[in-house]
Order: sequence, then C-alpha cells, then structure tokens
Amino acid sequence: MSRENVMTPAGTAAAEPICLVAPDGTRRHHEPFDAAVADVSDDAVADLYADMVAARRIDTEATALQRQGELALWPPLLGQEAAQVGSARALRQDDFVFTSYRENAVAYCRGVKLEEMLTVWRGNASSGWDPFSVNMATPQIIIGAQTLHATGYAMGIKFDGGDQAAVAYFGDGAVTQGDVNEALAFAASYQAPAVFFCQNNQWAISEPVGLQSRVPIAQRAEGFGMEHVRIDGNDVLASLAATRIALDRARAGDGPTFIEAVTYRMGPHTTADDPTRYRSKDEVEEWSGKDPLKRIEAYLQTRGMAVDGFREAAEHRADEVAEALRAGVTGMADPEWEQVFENVYAEDHAWLRRQREQYGRYLELVEGEGQ
Amino acid sequence: MSTQQSEATGLRTLTFGQSINRGLRAALAEDDKVLVMGEDVGTLGGVFRITDGLQKEFGAQRVLDSPLAESGIVGTAVGLAYRGFRPVVEIQFDGFVYPAFDQIVSQVAKLRYRTRGHVAMPLTIRIPFGGGIGSPEHHSESPEAYFAHTAGLRVVSPSNPQDAYTMIRQSIACDDPVIFFEPKRRYHEKAEVDLEAEADLPLGAARVVVPGDQVTLIAYGPLVKTAIDAATAAADEGVSVEVIDVRSLSPVDFGPLEASVRKTGRVVITHEAGQFAGLGAELAASLTERCFYHLEQPPVRVTGFDIPYPPSKLEQHHLPDLDRILDGVDSVLERTSSLNGAAAGPSAARQGGDA
Repeated sequence: MSRENVMTPAGTAAAEPICLVAPDGTRRHHEPFDAAVADVSDDAVADLYADMVAARRIDTEATALQRQGELALWPPLLGQEAAQVGSARALRQDDFVFTSYRENAVAYCRGVKLEEMLTVWRGNASSGWDPFSVNMATPQIIIGAQTLHATGYAMGIKFDGGDQAAVAYFGDGAVTQGDVNEALAFAASYQAPAVFFCQNNQWAISEPVGLQSRVPIAQRAEGFGMEHVRIDGNDVLASLAATRIALDRARAGDGPTFIEAVTYRMGPHTTADDPTRYRSKDEVEEWSGKDPLKRIEAYLQTRGMAVDGFREAAEHRADEVAEALRAGVTGMADPEWEQVFENVYAEDHAWLRRQREQYGRYLELVEGEGQ
Repeated sequence: MSTQQSEATGLRTLTFGQSINRGLRAALAEDDKVLVMGEDVGTLGGVFRITDGLQKEFGAQRVLDSPLAESGIVGTAVGLAYRGFRPVVEIQFDGFVYPAFDQIVSQVAKLRYRTRGHVAMPLTIRIPFGGGIGSPEHHSESPEAYFAHTAGLRVVSPSNPQDAYTMIRQSIACDDPVIFFEPKRRYHEKAEVDLEAEADLPLGAARVVVPGDQVTLIAYGPLVKTAIDAATAAADEGVSVEVIDVRSLSPVDFGPLEASVRKTGRVVITHEAGQFAGLGAELAASLTERCFYHLEQPPVRVTGFDIPYPPSKLEQHHLPDLDRILDGVDSVLERTSSLNGAAAGPSAARQGGDA
C-alpha cells in the first residue's frame, strides 16, 4: 500500500471541517455555530487567545525543563491550543473531564496547579492532582481507556438526575482501540450526557491517521447512531461553538455527541520522539500556515483591536505562568519512601503491611550501619 | 426447625446461587448507590439466574443490562465509581474476563494509588469460575492467579452458601475493588443460611473447616467441598486431616495456615487452576519460608494441569478429585503415592526426581 493510499481516506469525500475563523483571520459563517458564539465579545476572544498563548508557553517551558533534566518526559501540544482551549472554555466547572496525557491546555483551563501538572513527568507521583478539586481525572496513559470512564460518569449523571456532562478527550490513534468503540456503543445505548472530543492531530506517534481510519473519523460516530461534527481544530471559536452545542444537547437529555477537531501536532509525540523520521518538512510548513494563534491575531485586527496591546498582555501573563511552572518544578521535594506503600488499598492488606514493615526495618538497619 | 423459628432467626435453606442473590438484594436495598451491571443480568436474571428478580424489584437503572462488551462493562463501572456509585458487575463466565483485563488491572486496581487516595474504586467484579459443569471452552477457567498477582485488587472466593451471602455483602461494602470468584459448580448446593447473622469473620480471613492434626489440606472455592470429602475418607483410614478454606486469595490470611502447618508439619494445597505460578506456588513458598523447621515433608500441590481447559469429556482427568487429593495426602505422609513413586519416602522421592 502506498503512503498516499494510507493517507487518503477512501470512500466518501471528507466533510469540510466547520470553520468560523479562517487561517487568514477572515470570519466565516455557519448558522448554528454563529448562534452558539453570538455572545462572545472581542475581549472574550482575546481572553481565549491569552489562554492559548499561556498553553504554548507551558509547552515551551516544560520542554526546556525536560532538556535540562528536570523532567523525565513531556508530551507537547504545540499546534493544538485552539482545540483544547475552545472546548475547555465551553465547560462548566461542575462538568467532569477525562483526558489523555496531551491535554495540558485543558488542565490549565480547569485550574490545575502548574506544578501538579508536572508531578507525573518529574516522577514524583503517578498522577498530579485531586480529580475532584478541578473535576478532571488525572491524565490517562492507556490509549482510549478514559472514554469508558467518561461514559460511565455520564451514565451516573443520568442516573442521579444531574444536568452536568462528562467529556472525553482522545486522539486519532485512540479511535482504533476497542475501548473507544465500546464507549461509543455504551454512550449511545444509554443516551448518556457525554461529549467525545477527538483531536485528530494526524499522527499517532509515527503512524498517519489513514492507518487508523479509512473514513473521516467523525463519520465513525454515525455507525453508533451518534450526533457528530467535524470542525477546524485550529479555530478556537469553532471549537468553543461545537462543544457548547454538544454540551447543550447533553444537558437537554439528547444524548452524546462526537466532535472531531482536525488539527496538527506541530511538535514531537513526546520529547523522546523524532518526527523528522516520519513526516515531511512541507507538511509541517503547510500546517504552520494554519497556526491557531496567528489567525486570532489576524481576526482581532480585522475587528479593530490593537494587536500589540493584547499580545503584550497575553505574553506578560504567559511569562508569569512559565515562571511559576519552573519554580514549582525545581522546588518540588522528593517523595518520602513510605509513599511507595501508600494508597494501594483503602483497607489494611496483610501482605503489603508485611513488606512495608520489613523494608522499614531494612532501612533502619542500613541507616544504623551508616552512622 | 419450624418455619416460624426460621423467620425469627433469619434462617433459610438456600442454594449457593440464591444466597448471592439475597446478598445482592440486601446491598441494593441498603444503599441506592449500589448498581448491578452486566450482560443479561436484568430481565433474564443472569445466565445462572444469580440476579433473578433484582431488576423487577429495583428497576432498570439499578440493575442494568449492558451491551455485550466486557471492557465496556468494567470501564463504565470505573466512571460510575468516579461519580460515587458502587457498581457490582457480572462477568458472565471466567473465560470472558480477558477483554476486561486491561480495565481491571490498569484502571480498577491502580486508580487509588495513582491518584494518591483521591479516587476510590469500590467495585465488586463477580466472576463465575471453575469447571465441572460440562461446558464448552472458555466456560470453565480458573484465572484467579492473574488477579491475585495484581496489587490493588482483593480476590476472594466463597465455598458455601453462608459465606456466599456474607462475603458478597462484605465485598460490596469494601472500599477496595474485589474480584469475587463464584464456584459455579456449587451454585445449586443447598445449606441453611442465616440472613440476619453478623459476619463471623472479616472478608480477608481463612477458616479451618475440618480440624485435624496429621496433614494440613488447603483449598478454596469449588474444591473446599472435595477437600472436606477427602478428609472424611482419610479419617475412615485413620488419618487426621485438617482442612482450611483460604476464602481470601489476596490477601491470604496466613495465621491459621501457619498454625496448622506448625501442628501437622505436612501440607497439601489443592486448586483447579494449573500448577505453574498458581496460587499453590505462593502458598507453598510462603509456608516454607514461615514454617520451614516445622515441615516434615515438602509441601505438595494437587492441581489442574498446565493445559488449556480440556473438553468436558476429559475434564474429570484435569480437575483434582477426592482420590487425587488423597494421593497427595499419602505423599506427604511418606506413604505410597503417585507423586513420590511406587516406593514411599523422601529418598525414593529424590531418586524418582523431576525431569
């Protein structure tokens, strides 16, 4: 099979992704989407822009920290700021979010503390924060597993009569996993108030999206009888609008929605990856022309806003974020040894207690000898 | 005993299966966060009828028929637990649990640890397990060692109707995830069950079910009854066998096991699962570590073979039965046994050797 063949979805032509702000900053129109963001002022768009700038700075700073040996690994989201910020800003704080490991902008928008975002990558803990403090589960490494958790949570909302929604974030690679397909089946069957937000960033490490799906990914939802939409994932307004519509539908009891945000991972899969081995410079260049930040600058300029002013404000805020991030990481204390044995079980477990006691005695012995 | 007395004391003659049903019903009635989920558990009442009548009594939102997808069943239960529910999921047969294995070992087992105690996973995963009912492949397996090996899970198996009733309630009440292995070939066995009684043992405790002083015979789940029968047969030959029902496979309650081995100096462990890296290996190694100087003979395991579960016309060769267990007992008593060759004794065993 030729590379082209793998890269080009067969069958029906891909639906043109819905876009409200074109790469050159031109405002485009789409009726239901326009209505969904009719209340979003230019200042509010500038706020979304500021979130995206902060997200990009978190990436830059964390990547630098990884290169300096302060973090073991980092999964950058460079290029996906619009998909994440637009969707996350559509959520209410009492909605519950389940993500993979690349949704750092979502975590930022949910209010996760910066150092908590990095605990796992520093190796201090398996995950960083109390999920109930921000209504966001800690990142999931197992591909697609979280879509079932979101579905179950959404079923729970329905069972106890809540008006919240549960949102699952995952990538194009995940749609091949059984769990994602099972999640779609369960969510559709129970008409759970769930939103499936797929960031199709074109690459699952080195594997192109054509290896995961022969049809546009959003089309997969059709087979499950699920509402679906394909959006320009580099357009923060389209992302906000699509998620708002899906959330309204969930809250109204009209069941789940599948959103495919067509975007691009500009950087490597993680800091351990070398994307030059599997993708062309031309491709990367083409996508950099669709940059989510630049288009909002261009758009706000057409709206008569002073670009330098809001860019400066956003960058100032991003500087503060980066500083706090660095201070949080470098100031992080190493965990105590007891933590190895903690929170495995809620109740005492005789076998583990024995191992902990034996190891404690061993440490005492070794430390005793050292003195 | 009169019916009236039975009502007053909560005593009922129930099958093993009915006892689990009563336990589930009590848990559903006591806590509206308890949910029962699985394939066919609603209108049908489960393929073994363990959930019979529960959907009728508690509604389709408390007792849910789920789509046919095991990872989906367990994975959505994880999300429900995030939302504050206490799901009790049924995996229809032992051999069907593998599609859910990732959700169980990577999610259910680890979520408390990876969130440093913030997320509780009070799930009960019921799995009818073991052979002896003449089923086709994938319907008679004993996958307990996979789960006992996984930190974060508790693994239990009741062996009689009273324990079935008590232990399912304790499992649902437990804030840790519990893999609840139901010995399906015992589903129809009856006993008097006290529905009002306070549990006489914690969920994790082992129990001496037949006292004895010459050989310690350790079993769990479906083979406890076989072990008791073997002890009775041994007693007829003048050999005193102490039978211990492990009940909890993780953690194992080593106290009663150690006490027994210190008394008898001889130990036989039996289970249906294959021998290699099975629970018997752990029990033998741990008891050897703890009681080495009290042992008169190496521990002996009488187990299923290390083969895929055989077709039903062959399963009687695979499953340990009374005679194979007695053969194991003979071996640790240094009597003639297939396990130590025709000539009895430790020296003969050494000469016989293992390939």
